[in-house]
Amino acid sequence: MGLDIRVPIGWLFTILGTMLAIYGVINHRPTYDWLPGTNINLFWGAALLVFGIAMLLLSRNATAAARK
Amino acid sequence: MGLTTIDWLIMLVYFVFVLGIGFALKRSMRTSKDFFQAGRAMPAWVCGLAFLSANLGAQEVIGMGASGAKYGIATSHFYWIGAIPAMVFVGVFMMPFYYGSRARSVPEYLRMRFDEKTRGLNAFLFAFMTVFSSGISMYAMARLIQALHLLDTPFTRMGLPVSLIFHVSIAISALIVLAYILLGGLTSAIYNEVLQFLLIVAGFLPLVWIGLKNVGGWNGLKQTLPGAFTHSWQGMSSSATNPLGVEWYTLVMGLGFVLSFGYWCTDFLVIQRAMAADSQNAARRVPLIAAVPKMLFPFLVILPGLIAIAVVPRFVEQPVPSAHVILASAHGSAAEADPTSSNMANLRQGLIPVKTDPGTGRPMIDSNGKPVFDYDLAIPNMLLYFFPSGILGLGLTALLASFMSGMAGNVTAFNTVWTYDIYQSYLNKNASDAHLLWMGRAATVGGILLSVAAAYAVTSFNNIMDALQMVFSFVNGPLFATFLLGMFWKRATGHGAFAGLLAGVTTGLLHIGLTLPVGSGVSVKGGWLGAIHYYPSEMAQNFWTAIFAWVVCFAVTIVVSLATKAPNEKDLVGLVHSLTPKLPDQDLRWYQQPKYLGLAVLAGVLVLNLIFR
Repeated sequence: MGLDIRVPIGWLFTILGTMLAIYGVINHRPTYDWLPGTNINLFWGAALLVFGIAMLLLSRNATAAARK
Repeated sequence: MGLTTIDWLIMLVYFVFVLGIGFALKRSMRTSKDFFQAGRAMPAWVCGLAFLSANLGAQEVIGMGASGAKYGIATSHFYWIGAIPAMVFVGVFMMPFYYGSRARSVPEYLRMRFDEKTRGLNAFLFAFMTVFSSGISMYAMARLIQALHLLDTPFTRMGLPVSLIFHVSIAISALIVLAYILLGGLTSAIYNEVLQFLLIVAGFLPLVWIGLKNVGGWNGLKQTLPGAFTHSWQGMSSSATNPLGVEWYTLVMGLGFVLSFGYWCTDFLVIQRAMAADSQNAARRVPLIAAVPKMLFPFLVILPGLIAIAVVPRFVEQPVPSAHVILASAHGSAAEADPTSSNMANLRQGLIPVKTDPGTGRPMIDSNGKPVFDYDLAIPNMLLYFFPSGILGLGLTALLASFMSGMAGNVTAFNTVWTYDIYQSYLNKNASDAHLLWMGRAATVGGILLSVAAAYAVTSFNNIMDALQMVFSFVNGPLFATFLLGMFWKRATGHGAFAGLLAGVTTGLLHIGLTLPVGSGVSVKGGWLGAIHYYPSEMAQNFWTAIFAWVVCFAVTIVVSLATKAPNEKDLVGLVHSLTPKLPDQDLRWYQQPKYLGLAVLAGVLVLNLIFR
């Protein structure tokens, strides 16, 4: 169908994850006490980033397999 | 005050992707099959997530969170009883006929199996309902943006009156949905639904996690809330002893059988996603794949509702100064002028405020003098309360995405039914494929315009939303009887199906006119023919409307079919179970075979019900 859905998923989550993680690092609020000691933006941003990269790798493998 | 730059950036990135997908797909939209059926080339997992997402509109996320706060974990019946069994049934038993018949839509299947008039009836009712559903999504989203004051700051900065926010919200959402469907048709809608599903998980999972941590986990909820809130089957033997106000057999028959099968097995909105799959076996797996996340969704959308009423708000040390958590209208001058209503306005359940009348700004009171809580704010208030900026942008984007996919799902179903089942069948029988593709795009514009009109109709007449819920119960109620007989009884005839459907819908309407929920007055929702029976709750009345409509449709279809000429068996090959050669699935691995997948899903639901009984 022209476009592998995993590519936009991968890029969206890579970008959103990176944004959240960077924001978490530069703007960590110690006053955010719902989860003491956890930088939620950094933590969740990193999780989204991992998911995004995994999706990009999957789509790459699929393209490589299709070429063979 | 308001959202910070990072929140806006996250929203912006998401919308760039939404439109980007549309542009990327533009080149592959060459025929009407590409546009309306996604070329029938989608992998099962993509269709599966879209199948789930298309149903995940406004009613779903906001509504299920609201019910969670109002009724507790019993809301999970809408998933575990009211969706999963029907999803398994449509995948295992019905999909071979939808997909195998090569019908392009559900009404078209009805024409192949029965006749033109049955298709026409279904097509027109369906087109009407999709336009209204899409309008309700649009309306609910604009109201929410207004209520949360999301756009107040940018509007004041630009010198625009705040009163325009509602209209601008409607216009923007309409334009975005219009753009990506015009560009990429059903493929674009499906891809965006997958994206939106993942975004909902990404936005709500941390919400549930933080929320649960702060109420002491599931055990904390159990201690804080009344027992019936954390046990889905407690008190279900009588309508008086459980929060839903229905007995177990009403629930199982009305919701679990009639309404759920009527929706999941016959509604083209969801079936269209499965029919876009790349093979019949893939199409059969679509609802089964969707069922797995569906049965876990209560933890994402219902649990926040429970947490919202269990949280003891800490206002003094509110962690997010920018948050506009809506808790009682403290600045409402009307409330201050009237001491009783002022006390009322300060009442709340956890994060749920008392509902205020949008006209007067006064707290709303029911007929017993008790305050009415605004449960629809459960999930939005949870997001604003627990999330700091950054992840707050993600959560709100997920929420907005769910509204848009609800709209897009309805619009793609509408443009297909309009073009194939109304335009090509009645208005222009010899249209070329290129003309149909053009008509599909025109119908997309028309569908969106009608949705906008519907959204404004809901704005002007408050009870339209309630009335429509009722309409759905008697329009969807009888449908499953027609399809069940059509697919599994070769003697069923077109005259029988048409008469059955009409009789079923009429019965539903009469039943509503003759009954009332206890404690309600005569209104559009019931009793206008004189109430002869009272139900313990509105939900019970709703379920029984559907049950009566179904039974009458089933019986009338059989009687009229037997009295009319039997259809020619040669014409029914591929459409009826007993006349269709079975497609072998031995070459599939066991986990790809629908029957095993279906059994695994049902076992999962059984376990969940036992855990949360």
